[in-house]
Amino acid sequence: MHKNQTFKLKRKPKIIGSYTIVGPKEGKGNFGPYFDYVMKNDYFGEKTFEKAERKMIESAVTGVIQNAKLQTKDIDMMIAGDLLNQIISSSYAARAFKFPFLGVYGACSTMAESYAVASVLVDGGYFENVVCCTGSHFSTAERQYRFPLELGNQRPPTSQWTVTGAGASVISLNGDGPCITSVTFGKVVDFGVNDVNNMGAAMAPAARDTLLAHFLNTKTSPNDYDLIITGDLGKLGSEILIDLMEEEGVTLGVNYGDCGQMYYKREQKTLCGASGAGCCATAFNSYIIKKIKEGQYKKVLFLPTGALLSSISTQQGDTIPCVCHAIVIEKE
Amino acid sequence: MDDKQRNEAYNKYVSAKIPKTKAWPSLFNSFWVGGLICVIGQGINDLLLLAFPNLSMQTAWTLTLITLIFLASFLTGLGVYDQIGKFAGGGSIVPITGFSNSITSPSIEFKSEGIIYGICVKMFTIAGPVIVFGVVSSMVVGFIYWIISLF
Repeated sequence: MHKNQTFKLKRKPKIIGSYTIVGPKEGKGNFGPYFDYVMKNDYFGEKTFEKAERKMIESAVTGVIQNAKLQTKDIDMMIAGDLLNQIISSSYAARAFKFPFLGVYGACSTMAESYAVASVLVDGGYFENVVCCTGSHFSTAERQYRFPLELGNQRPPTSQWTVTGAGASVISLNGDGPCITSVTFGKVVDFGVNDVNNMGAAMAPAARDTLLAHFLNTKTSPNDYDLIITGDLGKLGSEILIDLMEEEGVTLGVNYGDCGQMYYKREQKTLCGASGAGCCATAFNSYIIKKIKEGQYKKVLFLPTGALLSSISTQQGDTIPCVCHAIVIEKE
Repeated sequence: MDDKQRNEAYNKYVSAKIPKTKAWPSLFNSFWVGGLICVIGQGINDLLLLAFPNLSMQTAWTLTLITLIFLASFLTGLGVYDQIGKFAGGGSIVPITGFSNSITSPSIEFKSEGIIYGICVKMFTIAGPVIVFGVVSSMVVGFIYWIISLF
């Protein structure tokens, strides 16, 4: 374990606002009633899916600033990322705003990465209000990583469904909301999986690595948390994580869950569940944040994982390196 | 245990844990949908010969193929063919309709990048290898035919 992997945030930055926007399929999923805005179709009034993804991120940032009862001029920094090459959705969305922008990429773990960076920056006193935003779009991800939408092929049983949606938060020292008390930055882990249709299996070892480091560095165990939630390991990946942790003598019990596994309903036929940067971003900023505010969860460990591959590395036969960042959110 | 052994052990564990596709139901669906597409093709062929008795067999086949390619392309545009494909798998990929679908679907998808760089460049991303192998194998067969015809 690296000694500087986990940071305790002394001033406890708060999540003072959160906002989610999702596509119609996501709106019909299990978290449906908790989203702030459900789009009528995947185009969101734009000509292409890429432009729609960009507009989703723009709307999420605008929405979250309103939700935090702030104005655009109060924002000191925007940290955002997405799945498209050169994170164009985030950068192009940032063009619409007049604040400094940091683009981050951690594949599906991007939300936690932006939280981690933002909360450290805010805790250090360098910035006052930082917007974090992450999104993904099913149709843009499919064409970048997989096949055209209308191609009549079958999806393997381990595959997952990229979420169309964007989630955003404002991190600040002033205001009310759940606070981020510690963060663990993950290392890149590769257990030699090269099946792009089995991201859960590729990412589970990264979650194991970060979980073990986090428990060791914070001297906590699974029982100290009301909810331990991974991002998009999916049905198979989360079962693998439970097995991997069991081998290390750590039991993940009923307080463990996975956003990807919980996201869609069974009849929506997404096989192993949801995935994508928007998956944990929208699940966290809707359902989980609301449940923390209501007091159902007092201490939550949020650790989305990301598979850091590209279609080029896959075609060259490389295995899939993965990363997982963890943050602890507590009711204030 | 070094990393290589660890990875091997992990991959072995994962492949044991992967949910398996049920072979018989998917084979059955492939079989009857694929068969149905062939029956439709044969039906078109017979109808053509019935309507135009002077048509040569060769021309009737060509017209049948054109009709099937058009139908598959049309259904792709309507968003129906991918649903058939999800259900039937190989049954709707192997016939010529699957080939038509594999050219139409990227053309629709990449329309947003323009006619040249979008449609024309991306049209063959999936069907390209099939065409290459088709041309190469017909060259090989032609060469063998030529050798044999020398004797």
